[in-house]
Amino acid sequence: MSEALQKEETRLPGIDASPGICIGKAYLLDNEGVNIVERYPVAKGQLKNEQNRFKAAVKRAEKELQRVIQNTPEYLRQNTAILEAHLVLLKDKMLYGKTLEAIEKEGINAEWALKMVVTQARNMFASMEDAYFRERVSDIIHVSDRILQNLMGSKPVDIGAIDKRVILVARDLSPAETSQIHLERVKGFVTDLGGKASHTSIIARTLEIPAVQGVGDATRKICTDDLIIVDGIEGVVILHPEESTLVEYSEREVEFARRKATLARLSHRPARTRDGIDIKVMGNIELPEEVVSVLDHGGDGIGLYRTEFQYLSRPFFPTEEELFDRYCDVVEVMAGLPVTIRTLDINGDKALANGGVPGAGEVNPALGLRGIRYCLKKTEVFRTQLRAILRAAAFGPIRVLFPMIATLEEVVEAKRCLREAAESLEKEGTEHGADVSVGVMIEVPSAVITAEALAERVDFFSIGTNDLIQYSLAIDRGNREVMHLFQPLDPAILRLLKITADAAKAGGIPLYMCGEMASYPIHLPVLIGLGIQELSMNPQAIPAVKNTLRALDTRQSRDFLEELLKQRSANAAYGLLAEAYGKLVEERSFPTEEEIG
Amino acid sequence: MVKASSTETSKEATIANELGLHARSASQVARLAAKARSNVWLCKGDHKADATSIMDVLTLECPKGTKLVVLIEDPEDNEILQQIVTLIESGFGE
Repeated sequence: MSEALQKEETRLPGIDASPGICIGKAYLLDNEGVNIVERYPVAKGQLKNEQNRFKAAVKRAEKELQRVIQNTPEYLRQNTAILEAHLVLLKDKMLYGKTLEAIEKEGINAEWALKMVVTQARNMFASMEDAYFRERVSDIIHVSDRILQNLMGSKPVDIGAIDKRVILVARDLSPAETSQIHLERVKGFVTDLGGKASHTSIIARTLEIPAVQGVGDATRKICTDDLIIVDGIEGVVILHPEESTLVEYSEREVEFARRKATLARLSHRPARTRDGIDIKVMGNIELPEEVVSVLDHGGDGIGLYRTEFQYLSRPFFPTEEELFDRYCDVVEVMAGLPVTIRTLDINGDKALANGGVPGAGEVNPALGLRGIRYCLKKTEVFRTQLRAILRAAAFGPIRVLFPMIATLEEVVEAKRCLREAAESLEKEGTEHGADVSVGVMIEVPSAVITAEALAERVDFFSIGTNDLIQYSLAIDRGNREVMHLFQPLDPAILRLLKITADAAKAGGIPLYMCGEMASYPIHLPVLIGLGIQELSMNPQAIPAVKNTLRALDTRQSRDFLEELLKQRSANAAYGLLAEAYGKLVEERSFPTEEEIG
Repeated sequence: MVKASSTETSKEATIANELGLHARSASQVARLAAKARSNVWLCKGDHKADATSIMDVLTLECPKGTKLVVLIEDPEDNEILQQIVTLIESGFGE
C-alpha cells in the first residue's frame, strides 16, 4: 500500500457516547492501561524548584478546599468534616513529606513522585482485611488528585500542556482502568466497544470530554500520534483529516465550546417560564462524583440518585454505614438542595455478584424480580438501605423514591418498611430525618392506570420514561429490530402521561419526571403543558433545558398539548412539535452570544 | 525510639465510634498530635503509627472495639496524651 493511500481521510462511525468535538493526536492504550502522568528526570540544580512547584500546588489545593468549606452554609458545617480531614491530609507526612523526599531522592518530576507515593498507599490499603478500611484509600486519592490537578495545567492558557493532551484510543476501558488514567490529560475517548451506558461514557459525559464508542476496529486502524477528530455529537471519528475537514471541525469545536460556555453562564439562574412559573431542573446521578457536575451545570437538586452502583461487582452487600457515608457525601455537597434517592432497582443488565443474583437465570429479567419486588422480598437488604437513607436525611432534605411500583399494595408495604426503619432508629436513639417525603416511580403501565389511587398514598410522582415506553409499547430498546418503535411521542405514551398528570393534580401532589425524555429540549413544551414541576436529567443537559424553558409559556403549552393529543402517530406529533417549536428550541438550546445579550 | 523508655508514657484507649478510625476521626487525632513537642504514636499490637499522619493511622485498620495504646515520648506532652485518649473514648463526638 502506498503512503498516500494509507493517509487517506477515513470516517469511522460509532456511537455518540459524549458530546463535543476535539482534534488531536491519538494515544493508543495497551491492555495494561497506561498512565498518562509522565515521568521525566529533573536536574540536580532544579530539584529545589521542583519541590517548590509541588508545595505551591498543595497550597493552591488547600485554598480550593478552604473555599469549598467556607462556602458551605453554617447549618451544614458539620458535613464538611470530611473536607477538613482532606485539608489535613494534604500536608500529611506520608503524602506531602514522602513526595518531597521522592523528588529529591529519585531526581524526578513532582507528578511522578506523587504518583509513586499514592501507588504505594493504594497497595498498602488494598491488602487490608476490612472492606470499609480498604475503601478509605479513596480519601487519599481524592486529595492527591486535587494536588495533581494543580500541578498539571489548570492554568487557563498553557499551550504546552494543551499540546500534550491526547485522545485515548482503546479497545475498552474498565472502571479500574478509567480510574487509573489521569483524565485531565485526556481530551477525548475512542473505544472499539462500549456504548452510551458504559462506565467510560458516563465518566466522559461527567468530565465533558467528547467520546465516540463502539467503533469496532478503531485500535486496528488508528496508531499513536495519528491525527484524528472525535465528533461526539454525530458519533464519528475522522482519521487523517484533510485540510478542509480540519478547518471545518476547528470552527465547529470553537463554536461548540462558545455556546456551551454561554449556556453554562446562564444556567445558575432559575428556569422561569415567560408566564412566571419556576420549573426546577435537577440532575440524575449514579456515582457520588457526579454531584459536582450537577452543581456546575446549575442543577436545582438531585432528581434521581440511582443507588445500584454500590451493590455491583462485589462479594457482599454494602453495610448501612457504607451507604450512610455515601448518601451523606451527596447531601453534603448539595448543601440544602433536595436529593431524591431511588431505592435499589436492580434489573437484568446489572446483576449482583452475590449468591442470590437477581435477574440472573430469569428468562425475562425486565419483567422479573427487580426494583421494589426484590426489596419487598429481601426485606433485610431493603431495611439496611432505608435506615441509611433516613439517617442521611438528618443532614439535608432527602426524598425517597420507590422504583417499579405496579400495585397499590407495594406502596403500602414499602411505606410500612420505611416506617419500621424509622421506628427502629427512634428506639435506638439514632439521629435521623423526621420528614422524608415519599414518592413512586411511574414507569409501569399499571401504575398509570391506578395513578389516582396511588396519589392518595404518596407525596409525589416521578415519571421514568424509558421503562414506561418499554413496558407500554413492548419494546426492548436494546434490540435493533424494534428500536425504531421507541417513541416518547407515541400517542399511547402521550395519553399515559396525561392520565398521570391528571391523577397527580386530582390528588394534589407534585409531578416530576426523571426519564431521558426530559433531557431533550424539544419535549419541553409537552412536559410543561402536562404541568410537570420538576425535570431531572443527566447534568450536561441541564443548561440547554433551562434556557429553553425560559422561552416557553405554560398556558400556551397546555393548549398545544391538547392539539398534540389529537395526533394519530408519533410522526405526526413530532411534525407538529417541530413546526411549532423547532426553531425556538434550536435557538434556545444552542444560543449565540448576541441572542443572549 | 530516640528517648529512654523511662520518659515514655502510654495509655490504653478503645475505639468507641461505629465507623472506627477513618479519615475524619484520624484527622482529629492528627490535629492534637501535631501540637506535641515530640512524637506521638498509636500502637495496635506490633503496629505503630505516627499519630500526626492520617495515612499512617488509617493503615492501622481500627474498627470499633480496637484496643490501642497511645504513646508519647516527652512527658511534657502528657496533656495531649490525655486529650487523645478522651477523644478516642468519647467516640469522636459521632
